[in-house]
Amino acid sequence: MSTTAMTSPDARALRPALSRAADQLAGYGFLAPWLIGFFVLTLGPAVASFYLSLTDFSGLGGANWIGVENYVRIATDDERFRTAMNVTFTFVLLSVPLKLLFALAVAVALNKGLAGLSLFRAIFYLPSLVGGSVAIAVLWRQLFSGDGLINQALNALFGYEGPSWISNPSTSIYTLVLLAVWQFGSSMIIFLAGLRQIPKDMYEAASLDGAGPMRQFFKITLPLLTPVIFFNAVIITIDAFKAFTSAFIISDGTGGPIDSTLFYTLYLYQEAFANFRFGYASALAWVLVVIIAFFTAMSFVSARYWVHYDD
Amino acid sequence: MTDAALTTAMARSERDTVDRSPLARAFLYALLVAISFVMLYPLLWMIASSFKPDDEIFTSTSLIPSAPNFDTYRRGWNGLSVGFGQMFFNSLVVSVLVVIGNLLSCSMAAYAFTRLRFKGRNFWFALMLGTLMMPQHAVLVPQYVLFLKLGWVNTILPLVVPKFLAIDAFFIFLMVQFFRGIPRELDEAAVMDGCGPLRIFLKVILPLSTPVLATAAVFSFIWTWDDFFAPLIYLNDIQKYTAQLGLRTFVDATAQSDWGALFAMSTLTVLPVFILFILFQRLLIEGIATTGMKR
Repeated sequence: MSTTAMTSPDARALRPALSRAADQLAGYGFLAPWLIGFFVLTLGPAVASFYLSLTDFSGLGGANWIGVENYVRIATDDERFRTAMNVTFTFVLLSVPLKLLFALAVAVALNKGLAGLSLFRAIFYLPSLVGGSVAIAVLWRQLFSGDGLINQALNALFGYEGPSWISNPSTSIYTLVLLAVWQFGSSMIIFLAGLRQIPKDMYEAASLDGAGPMRQFFKITLPLLTPVIFFNAVIITIDAFKAFTSAFIISDGTGGPIDSTLFYTLYLYQEAFANFRFGYASALAWVLVVIIAFFTAMSFVSARYWVHYDD
Repeated sequence: MTDAALTTAMARSERDTVDRSPLARAFLYALLVAISFVMLYPLLWMIASSFKPDDEIFTSTSLIPSAPNFDTYRRGWNGLSVGFGQMFFNSLVVSVLVVIGNLLSCSMAAYAFTRLRFKGRNFWFALMLGTLMMPQHAVLVPQYVLFLKLGWVNTILPLVVPKFLAIDAFFIFLMVQFFRGIPRELDEAAVMDGCGPLRIFLKVILPLSTPVLATAAVFSFIWTWDDFFAPLIYLNDIQKYTAQLGLRTFVDATAQSDWGALFAMSTLTVLPVFILFILFQRLLIEGIATTGMKR
């Protein structure tokens, strides 16, 4: 503490006021980059995009106000929107539970105190680190093509002549589901961290009471893990709604064959950057935001009934 | 393992948990090895196939090329009007700039949120958390129009500048969690020594935060390196393409007739990620485990 500040009552009163002003300055100074980014790149564009969704803006010229026409068209008169919803919901409803189940099962297996845990963990994690890249989507195209690796293996093992899974509209979406499930590693790591939090003595006590591994799993592991399951489920679901690259590469940006891989984001991209219907694409974007918000909110509501927090 | 053996193992677990039974252990190992094999095979096969001639790619599931040749790499490297070398360089520039931007801007914001007292701090913090959940699609079109008006389309600025404005709220969150764990006594001691907020940030907080800064740096780099969407929208000129965009163009250009070269370039684009994974495996896995981040 400086001696000058202590000399008179006036100075003592002045100092906190000064330091308060300095605090404000420092706080907003350090926050400045984020604040600018928030207003210029997030809040401003969010408001603008909502406004544009009520116009026929095409990137060139002005934006004519057309009210809720874009939304009406989405709801009543857009075949591809319905297809995109179907494809996306199929993808979400298949890939999310499968990924969760796989991640949980492998995490529980790895948590049995086996040697080599870190090696297995690394192997299982690697696909989720590289899986979103173009290279892996390219690889997937070959794997599931008519004469790709999968069919070669099926033929060698079972003598089964498989179709081209990618170019068949009734199977193409499942190759994308598989690609998503293949990336279960990061969820598995979160499950492993959650499993570590469960006190060992709970299992010992249950064991002494004669509870077998199945009972222990359903009565101890699963209930205590519900917060982690919930967290993973929400994150994976949001991620699944936003999936883009894999479908883009596998379908050459078309969402084909016959729109069977037309993810919502892909449709949005086409409307915005291939057809330059910026107004309509903005409306599509807000519909997606509402869908994701709805799913997230529903998860939080449902969490009250199945997620156990021990506090 | 047979069903009978499994039942015995299960029965024994009444006294002894299944974890301790050697048979169950062997079963678990076999299962995990089998899953690892299935998971890794496509990746290893892609790398092996990058050394194979085309007819072998479609006739051999083997991981060992019969006559390894690097010609695929030469064909791929020069397969487009602009060499892949240029595109790798572009990716590197963008990724490094994004890492710098994220580290600077996110650590500043996290410092303000955890250590500085100012009006509205909690309000801004809540807003920041809100942006974590928000899908980028909602702001996509106006952001594009903004960058178009600024004349930034077809430059790397739209990929880089937002990162200097702490647009990746996730990293702020990550750093906030870490900064909260740094003892406040250290700040207070620095204040006694006459340090202001800037010096405390530079001399106390940042030096103690290398683990979280490294985690954020590695994830920033990998995610930017792998990003496809932003370069797809903002870069038009093949001279400016990133490696991901180049690879996509190469898929079109070869019309899937030169899979060897395609796999060679695919392998090269994932190579930096592999290397970072091997070097920073612990950091990445701990980063995910402690924060529940995704990718």
